[in-house]
Amino acid sequence: MTKHFFGDTAVLTGRSLRHITRSPDTIITTAIMPIALLLLFVYVFGGAINSGSHSYVTYLLPGVLLITIASGISYVGFRLFLDMQSGIFQRFHSMPIARSSVLWAHVLTSLVANLIALVIVVLVALLMGFRSGAGVLAWLAVAGILILFTLALTWIAVIAGLSAKSADGAGAFSYPLIFLPFISSAFVPTDTMPGPVRAFADYQPVTSIVNTIRDLFAQRPVGTDIWTALAWCVGILIVAYIVARAIYRRRIA
Amino acid sequence: MQVTANQVQGPAIHVQGLEKSYKKLEVLRGVHFDVARGSIFALLGSNGAGKTTVVNIVSTLLKADAGTASVNGFDVATQAGDVRQSISLTGQFAAVDEILSGRENLVLVARLRHLKDPGTIADNLLDRFSLTDAAARRVSTYSGGMRRRLDIAMSLIGNPPVIFLDEPTIGLDPQGRIEVWQAVKELAGHGTTALLTTQYLDEAEQLADRIAILHEGRIMVNGTLTELKQLLPPAKVEYVEKQPTLEDVFLAIVGDDGKNGDAGNDRSAGTDK
Repeated sequence: MTKHFFGDTAVLTGRSLRHITRSPDTIITTAIMPIALLLLFVYVFGGAINSGSHSYVTYLLPGVLLITIASGISYVGFRLFLDMQSGIFQRFHSMPIARSSVLWAHVLTSLVANLIALVIVVLVALLMGFRSGAGVLAWLAVAGILILFTLALTWIAVIAGLSAKSADGAGAFSYPLIFLPFISSAFVPTDTMPGPVRAFADYQPVTSIVNTIRDLFAQRPVGTDIWTALAWCVGILIVAYIVARAIYRRRIA
Repeated sequence: MQVTANQVQGPAIHVQGLEKSYKKLEVLRGVHFDVARGSIFALLGSNGAGKTTVVNIVSTLLKADAGTASVNGFDVATQAGDVRQSISLTGQFAAVDEILSGRENLVLVARLRHLKDPGTIADNLLDRFSLTDAAARRVSTYSGGMRRRLDIAMSLIGNPPVIFLDEPTIGLDPQGRIEVWQAVKELAGHGTTALLTTQYLDEAEQLADRIAILHEGRIMVNGTLTELKQLLPPAKVEYVEKQPTLEDVFLAIVGDDGKNGDAGNDRSAGTDK
């Protein structure tokens, strides 16, 4: 049945995209928290933070984009869980379709929903004074990294959605992911942090991704951070994908 | 469909020695039955008797611990793809998409079955199941009977030769139940084989050609209604005043256009014997 993989994935992705367009609140709630953080940090705390950059909103945006993704992917776990609960998965699985397309449809839907939320957040940041002289290639690189990060976190969300016992549990796993950027270079430079915290911040994935996107926006050479960032994203993606597939096989066997 | 043409020999469903345990709980302890082509076979049992487990195994959703099962001549374990091509699953646990409209649900299934012209297929089924007026509405606004009718319509897409109806009328009001019964009788009239699970005895009496009672993981009896009735001592002749059943009263008061009347009459006649 693998010859139908792309067709089935397209049909099922169309289905879940319809769910999103019929309840766009999931995209709005995904975008609201990052926008609130932007407002809070730029207009309330921002004056007291010395980021070493002349525009704090420009400094802040990369980290806030990652927070947007981290909060957006929690809906994948939620939708996946509901589909399993409702029995629609059983209907799909009893039909002659490529079974993995059921998961891929949710992953692609997550990607589309997150990209829309990211665009909204970037537009708000532009209104707040975010400026970048980055060219098309740099923007494409930023988009590529964000897509890779979204895919990696989405497959983690798939694991949560497949193994959760309740709808709340299916979404709740993303809270630690949302807080990861706070202990990174996203809001303040890591060299202001005490030793052990700084060590954690410097070596966790978010810092390298934030630094890479920040350099791309500022048209600076990206250095080795981009390789660290790509290694983290691809590594998480592969591990999460393998685990999710294994759990999925066990659930439907 | 080419698969059906190649597999005309033997029973539509063949189940032999099926065993399944969830941890220490033995749900099935050697289940045997055959379902002849074009017949309706009812698997009767109380809650937790293992009816759904049987359906999940023959519809390739669950692996058996022991025993074999084949559908339309294909083994459920080794030829799962061919089995899925031959079946469709409907009822208790096979949901319809609440957020999509009725028509969108039908188009979705037609696309997933890789059929040409999904729109026309959907419109024909909406018409056949009297859902045309509700076609564009979200399924979440449907009544229970409409939802099950849509569910059954979805399982007819692609004309699969075998249909599994898992407790198709659970939670429905009497009118919804009669609507579903008529839909099932209609599909049996088209030559489709149906495996029906139910805990309602009258439902099995109404619909099934053969009835098997599943109890404590085994098939206790398997036969036609007449055969099953002969298992007990012959009926005594008693004179009983024929009173309307509560269902007759209910349907007369809330009104069901008279078109479903025969189902109620059959049932009251049955209780006289």
